[in-house]
Formats: sequence, structure tokens, C-alpha cells
Amino acid sequence: MSTTKELWVYAEQREGKIAGVVQELLSQGQVLCEKSGYTLCAVLPSASGAELCQELYNFGAKKVYTIDDPKLADYQNDYYSRAVAQLINEKKPEIVLYGATTIGRSLAPTVAVMVDAGLTADCTELDFDVEEGNLLQTRPAFGGNIMATIICPNHRPQMATVRSNVFKKTKLSDSEGGEQIQYDVDLSGVPERMRRLESVHEADDNTIDLNAAQFIVSGGRGVGKPENFKVIYDFAAEMGAAVGASRATVDAGWISHHHQVGQTGKTVCPVVYIACGISGAIQHLAGMQSSDMIIAINKDPDAPIFDVADFGLIGDLHEIVPEFQKQIAAFKA
Amino acid sequence: MNIVVCIKQVPDSDKVTIDRETNRLNRAGVPSIINPFDENALEMALQLKDEHGGKVTVISMGPPQAEEALRTALSHGADDAILVSDRKFGGADTWATSYTISLAIKKLEDVDLILFGKQAIDGDTAQVGPGVAHFLDIPMLTYAKGVEVTGDTFKVNKVTEDGYEIWDVDKPAALTVVKEANDLRMPSLKKKMAAKKAEIPTWGVEELQPEEGNIGLAGSPTKVSKVFAPPVKLNKEILSGEPAEMITELIGKLKEQHVL
Repeated sequence: MSTTKELWVYAEQREGKIAGVVQELLSQGQVLCEKSGYTLCAVLPSASGAELCQELYNFGAKKVYTIDDPKLADYQNDYYSRAVAQLINEKKPEIVLYGATTIGRSLAPTVAVMVDAGLTADCTELDFDVEEGNLLQTRPAFGGNIMATIICPNHRPQMATVRSNVFKKTKLSDSEGGEQIQYDVDLSGVPERMRRLESVHEADDNTIDLNAAQFIVSGGRGVGKPENFKVIYDFAAEMGAAVGASRATVDAGWISHHHQVGQTGKTVCPVVYIACGISGAIQHLAGMQSSDMIIAINKDPDAPIFDVADFGLIGDLHEIVPEFQKQIAAFKA
Repeated sequence: MNIVVCIKQVPDSDKVTIDRETNRLNRAGVPSIINPFDENALEMALQLKDEHGGKVTVISMGPPQAEEALRTALSHGADDAILVSDRKFGGADTWATSYTISLAIKKLEDVDLILFGKQAIDGDTAQVGPGVAHFLDIPMLTYAKGVEVTGDTFKVNKVTEDGYEIWDVDKPAALTVVKEANDLRMPSLKKKMAAKKAEIPTWGVEELQPEEGNIGLAGSPTKVSKVFAPPVKLNKEILSGEPAEMITELIGKLKEQHVL
């Protein structure tokens, strides 16, 4: 039995593929473990995890707890939460991090109440207070207008979900590998209360997933009419960007709600967010203002979007966007 | 079929403005609304009731004024409302809130389905639905956009990152509901009048008999350590003029910053 304290990353897998956010969490885990002296570990429930361990070692995991069970092939909340909670209760990690994905945001809150842990949602910064031994979990509150740092002083583990694209991936150049520890969990006592009948991947109108996108081009009311969204789509295609939209355009039926960025839509944090004809209502800003860089294009120099922009271009998007696209194409050539 | 819908009263974010000097929210005079995602949970419940009969009960935990949100829910068609409120519940994080709400639901009889909005727009945690489901020991699915009753189970369409999944889940179950599920119906004048006069019981510590250490601030593992304004953009650049020139300048800057 190791006596060093441990920081765990939940190694989310779907159909045998590790989610991208896991690499990001392990990368930040390296930083936190350097500060805290904890051992960086991953926990991997699946049907058969051995083949996935190397990828986790490559991003800094020293140990991977594999929990192999046919019932864990696909995500099922009852089985997964039971498996992870049992392992936590036995090994008592100090910290457990989860991606804020649809799976992470089901699993983490369930596990949190099972093991009496504190859980902070959607963190955008994680640091370690060496003196107090607490994880400092910072997250936007109230639509990103206030930042709050949350601690969990009297309960262990400290748990957090973290959005995609918040932390940069740091792959080790000289991974020494790690140790796989198979943990057998008894799921026979867990009643079978829900069954997945079907799983459908919709490759709808060749869009890139907003949550995972490095670049996002978004259109607002300034686009003018539904047909004009072609300008946004064409530019996004040239940039290799995902297409976003403001609530106004979604409510008006110009574009499907899959694209909505904002408080009642998706929260995104790409490397570059390009807001075209979006005025910047607080409910939109809430969904995008943690982007690394924001470029705003708007006719109205007083539009609130310019308050959060790194670069503001004042003018008609119908002139600026095609020009942007042309010059990007030239740059790429 | 008996359905419980958990709703939260939140400030209407569309009406909130920011004081750019202090980076603080101007909350004064901002109206409170039902959390928008909870409206979708309510509509899902009302549609199930339309089809299968039964009763829709709305529950809200919050300060006394959260009663207003419950009356609004009644005006849209909910049958009963319960306010979970007590000074001792104040300061609860999602753990303590989940525990407290689960005690209230345990007092109700023969509940088949419990619905939540996918998350609240003020806290954005999405944690209370799964927490309540665990305390009640019932199966839970997040991000539901559709539900059908199939005998003793529900057939649920659940949104994923790149599509959807169909699940069969035993009764009683808990679901969190996404916006694309539906739009909340308009309130009727008759129901509005009735909602004004409706008796809404308040359940506090006396009614729910919680374990002392599990409620309010004391029952909350997480604590707010500090609150601060987000960092302001320091090197903001505003460009205007001819599109071609603006873009050339912008692309130059993006290259400098290694974004391109």
C-alpha cells in the first residue's frame, strides 16, 4: 500500500476512446502534483482498460486504476457511480477531477453525494494551497461576471468538474510508463434499473462540436436573415471552426439550437471566438467570455461585446467577414 | 401518474446589467423568474399529465419569496406547490440542497417521476438533480429531451455531445431536462386567478426533520473562499476603417501572437 496522497483524474472513455478533456486534466494534474507532492493517478472504468493505459501515462499518470467489468462497457450512471465510489472509499484520494462533459456532469454529482464529498462545477482554474492543503477551485459565477474560488476544507476527496479547453495538454516527452492496478468491483448487488437501447451519433450539417472546438465563429442578429448564415458557415469552414449563434437567432429560427452559445445554450472556451453581429447580451457573454481570445465584429461601436473583446472590428459583418475569409485563405495558401 | 417538478427562482439574467467601473452586477430591481430550464421540466410534466392523467406537484427550495415562482408554475398548469424554506436551510451548497429536497419528496406519496431543469442559470452547477436522485435511491438520466411512458418504465431520449441515446428506465425515475425538449405553454387566465389564491404549504426543519449536520451551511462540504471580478482585458484593440485594411492588420496581430 502506497502512503502518498493521490490526485485522481477520471479517465472518461466512450467506445474505448479516451475523451480529450482527460489529457487536459492530467496535464493540469501534473502541475498540481508538483505543488502538492501528490501522486497523479487515473481511474478508468471500462470493459477492458489495459490498452488505454499508455495514453494516460503519456500525460503524466503514474498509476491507472482500471475497473474492468462487462457492465462498464458503456456509461451507465448506477454502475459507474457505484464503481468509482467504491474505489474512492477504499483508496481515499485527496482530489478527484472530472471533465465537465455530459458523462462527467452525471457521474461526479452522483459520486459526490455517495462519498460525502464537496463538488465544484465547471472550474476554469485549479490551484493548490500548500499551507492549508486545499484545492483552490475557481469558477465563473453568475454568468461569468464574478469569479468565485471554492474550497472544501473538511471533506475528502475534493472534487471538481472542469470544462474542455481550459487547460493546455502537456504530453511527456519521456514517459516512463506507469503502473496498472486492476480493481475488481462487485456490481452484482446494483439493481439493473436503466438500459441503453440505442446510441445515435448525428453528424448533423457537418458541424464541429462547439465544446471541443479550437475556433468558433458565431453569428448574431446582425447576420440579418437566415439565408445570410451562409456567410458564417463559409468563413467557419475556411477557419476549421465550429459555428455558434446567439439566442436571438436561435429563437428566431434562423439556426438550430445545437449552435446556441450562452447561458441557456452551450458554454464554450475556444482559443479564438469570433462574434459576428452579436451585441453581447449578458446571457451570451456568460457562454463565451472565458475564451482565450475574443474577436468582435459589429456595426455599433457601443455594443457590449466590445467590452470583452481583445480585438474589436467596427463595421458591417457582411463586408468584413468575407474579407476575413479571403485573407485567411490567402494566408493558408 | 404523479410527477414532481423541482424549480428554482433565479434573477432574470436578461435584465441584469454590469457596472463596468466596479465589474459588479446591478441586481437592484431585477425581477425574479423561474429558472428557464425548469420551465422545460414543467412543460414535460404537463404534457405527460395531459396524456396520462395524474398530478403535477412543483417544489422549490429557497427564501419565502420563492413562493412567487411556485404561483407562476401553478398558473401554467401545475396542480400543487410546496415551498421548502427555513432559515436553517440557508447557505446550502448542492450537497445540502439535494439532501433537503429529497426529504421533501420522500413525504409525497407514489411519485413516479421527478423532473429538474438541466441546470440553474445563476449557479450553473447541474448537480442537484443527480444528488436528489441518489438520496431517493432512484435511477437518474441527465439531459432528457423527450420521454414516453411504456408500461412500468419510461423511454427517454437523452442528448449527448454528438447525438442522442434512447434509454429504458424503471419507475420511479429522475430526469434533468434540456431546453430543446419543448416550450412552456402560456398560463390561462383562470389558472392565474386560482394560483393567486392557492394555499402553498411551507416545509421547514419541523416538517422535514433533517439531520442537523446535513443542512444549510454546516451541511455543505464546499465553502466560498473568495469572490472577485474577472480579469479585465488589458490590451484591447479596436479597429475601424476599410475592411481589407482592418483584416490585414488583425491577421498580422494574430500571427504575432501565434494564433495563426
